[in-house]
Amino acid sequence: MTGLTRAFAVRLLQAALVALVVGAISFAMMQALPGDAAFRIAAGRYGYDLMDAASAAAVRQELGLDRPLAVQLGAWLAALARLDLGVSLVSGGSISGEIAHQLGHSLQLAFGAILVSILVAVPVGVVTGLHPGSLADRLSLGVSALLRAVPAFALGVVLMLVFAVELRLLPVAGHGAFGHLVLPAVTLGIGLAAVSSRVIRDCVAQAVASDWYQFARTKGLARSVALRRHTLPNAAVPVLTYVAVQLAYLVEGVVVVESVFAWPGIGHALVHAIFDRDIPMVQGTALTLGLLYVALNLGVDLACRAIDPRTRA
Amino acid sequence: MFLSRCAAILLALSVSIFTPALGVDRTTVSVAAPWEIKSLDPSVSGFAFQRMQVMETLVDADANGVLRPGLARAWEVSADGLAWRFVLRDGVTFHDGSVLRPEAAVAALVRAAGKPGVLGKAPIDRIFADGGAVVVALRAPFAALPSLLAHSTTVIPAPEAFDGEGKPVAAIGTGPFRVDTLSPPQRMVVVRFEDYWGDKPGIEGASYLAASRAETRALLAESGDADLVFTLDPAGYARLATVEGVATTAVPIPRVVTLKLNAGHPFLSAPEARRALSLAIDRAGIAAGITRFPESGATQLFPPALGAWHQAGLAPLVHDPNEAKRLLEGLGWAAGDDGILVRAGERFTLLLRTFPDRPELPLIAAALQAQWRAVGIELEVSVSSYTEIPAGHQDGSLHVALYARNYGLTPDPIGTVLADFGSGGGDWGAMGWENAEVAARLDEIAATADESARVRGISEVVEALQRELPVIPVVWYQHTVAIAADLDGVVVDPLERNYGLSRASWKD
Repeated sequence: MTGLTRAFAVRLLQAALVALVVGAISFAMMQALPGDAAFRIAAGRYGYDLMDAASAAAVRQELGLDRPLAVQLGAWLAALARLDLGVSLVSGGSISGEIAHQLGHSLQLAFGAILVSILVAVPVGVVTGLHPGSLADRLSLGVSALLRAVPAFALGVVLMLVFAVELRLLPVAGHGAFGHLVLPAVTLGIGLAAVSSRVIRDCVAQAVASDWYQFARTKGLARSVALRRHTLPNAAVPVLTYVAVQLAYLVEGVVVVESVFAWPGIGHALVHAIFDRDIPMVQGTALTLGLLYVALNLGVDLACRAIDPRTRA
Repeated sequence: MFLSRCAAILLALSVSIFTPALGVDRTTVSVAAPWEIKSLDPSVSGFAFQRMQVMETLVDADANGVLRPGLARAWEVSADGLAWRFVLRDGVTFHDGSVLRPEAAVAALVRAAGKPGVLGKAPIDRIFADGGAVVVALRAPFAALPSLLAHSTTVIPAPEAFDGEGKPVAAIGTGPFRVDTLSPPQRMVVVRFEDYWGDKPGIEGASYLAASRAETRALLAESGDADLVFTLDPAGYARLATVEGVATTAVPIPRVVTLKLNAGHPFLSAPEARRALSLAIDRAGIAAGITRFPESGATQLFPPALGAWHQAGLAPLVHDPNEAKRLLEGLGWAAGDDGILVRAGERFTLLLRTFPDRPELPLIAAALQAQWRAVGIELEVSVSSYTEIPAGHQDGSLHVALYARNYGLTPDPIGTVLADFGSGGGDWGAMGWENAEVAARLDEIAATADESARVRGISEVVEALQRELPVIPVVWYQHTVAIAADLDGVVVDPLERNYGLSRASWKD
């Protein structure tokens, strides 16, 4: 087996295990939550003006929540084997359709934010890494600490005030047009750049201080050539891994920013599904996120392999 | 910082070139509100389709709650009060071009009656089509039936809106607007329906955005991204009042912040104890400090917006902590070492359940905690899911609950009042409290077509509720709305049935 197919095979096996474990664990955790699921589902559907014990009883009967737990989990696993994630207990819509909508928006936002963070962090990180200890370096440290300390939703509101309310350049919130993506992406991207610019700076500084960089310079390579051929590829491996971690965090962990910008996302969907005890929706979203992690890992493996010649041996 | 700002500005500039200028488009109206569109099912999201005027009900209501013809042009009841006949309007077409027939309306209503919703409040036997009419046969007279048929769960979607198994697959109604884009749970775009049976709207279309955070909604109004914004927090409301180009308004609605008491609890079973709890509440303080409408402290359960159910002459609920202490003393309570009342070795401690979905509720709970502490009652507060309230009612574990009750669900609140205070009490009403006289009056009000008997009955019920306080009203709600100053013709509906889009138009 070549290294590449081996990498695929390992990740594929991992994906199957993730599906099984995530589905079962999220089911078990939902069952362990306090409170009556039928009441929560009825609340999710009908809102509290219409939710009462009678509507909860109707929900319990409709959904067969009285069935033994093993039967309920078995039914989900059997459906999963047919690649059917089922229907939402709250909306009645297909889980795969809803996840596609939410995940699509989450990925748009995540890639937008990563793009912003790269555009900001790479130049800042490289410049400060080449001149560690300089004024620019110390300034960038201060600013990134400050930006990291500001909660993302507060930054979001400030950006809304500046760019949407005062300058009227962009819409405040919503989705549907490209303009809607900019402010949430910048909000998240700046927060990410605050950290990743420091990661890049350290990697670059380390590479510049290394023996092989000195050797490259000594053998007569111009600084720009040494930087391009040796420093950046060496610094890129840890940075790429870090960016992938950020991407995973972005897809699932930005519920507050999503709700500030009225942006649909899988994090938003997962939180609501947990509140409403929408078990298939929780299982479906958790499964999607789990598989996304596997895919991201695979992507990073492949990218690092492409950058780092040692892994190709 | 500089670099990130530069990047942000560059991005913003590049995008603004590609985005059509916002707020300049004056042929459509954008609406922002906190409520998500969770489903295509009318029993779940009928409110959104009704408010955006995509779907309509057989019976309509004006801003004062007076019923008027909707998809039914007229209705009548048989002499025995058991058969209601709703004659459908001619020439009504659905957005898919099909004609509204009684069978479609019957199918929609039968479906609605089979789901949780307001139709369960009436003793409906069966619903069937007869000629050009829909007939609702009852097991007992129920005079408020037309009022139930104004509720959003009874909208009439086209037969094509459901698949073979009765699952909703599209949002097709008869209203002045049809759905153009629907991306649940947050967004809906509607366009004018050219074949609408009634007056054509002045605007070409509208969009709806569910923005769950109040800060976001206030900024949407301020920036002009949204022309009609519903439910603002006190800070946003105050700020918008100073913004040029935005008009703010607060409309009293029939929603009441209420304390549900377990009258079966030994501490709360005496009416004097419940009255003492009520006397200990500084409603004016809560209204001024938390909900920020000083005049909205509740002097009785039903707010003025509820017409006949609000009795102007009724002696108001007042704040009098000394009288509260006196009443509690009379019940055998005496202050212990730490000031908390004790009786026969038991401390006066209660647990209040509330929930954070309406952000003012936990704040009001904290205020009540302090105000009741002042008369010697220790209140623990549990902020959790609101489902814990009906659950606690069912298993008897509830002491006190704080929530906002909507008595404007239907133009005539009798269905809700009956459920809350009729025989056996209700999940969101009386608990462990039974008043045969009130129950009998409510049954009578529900059944009678005799207006004077109805008014007499209502007055007796309201007096009994004020005297015995099975629930304690705290504050009445105000519906806060921000409207673009150039938008004409918007009438804010206190029953929240409609955003008034079909009558809206832009000033030249």
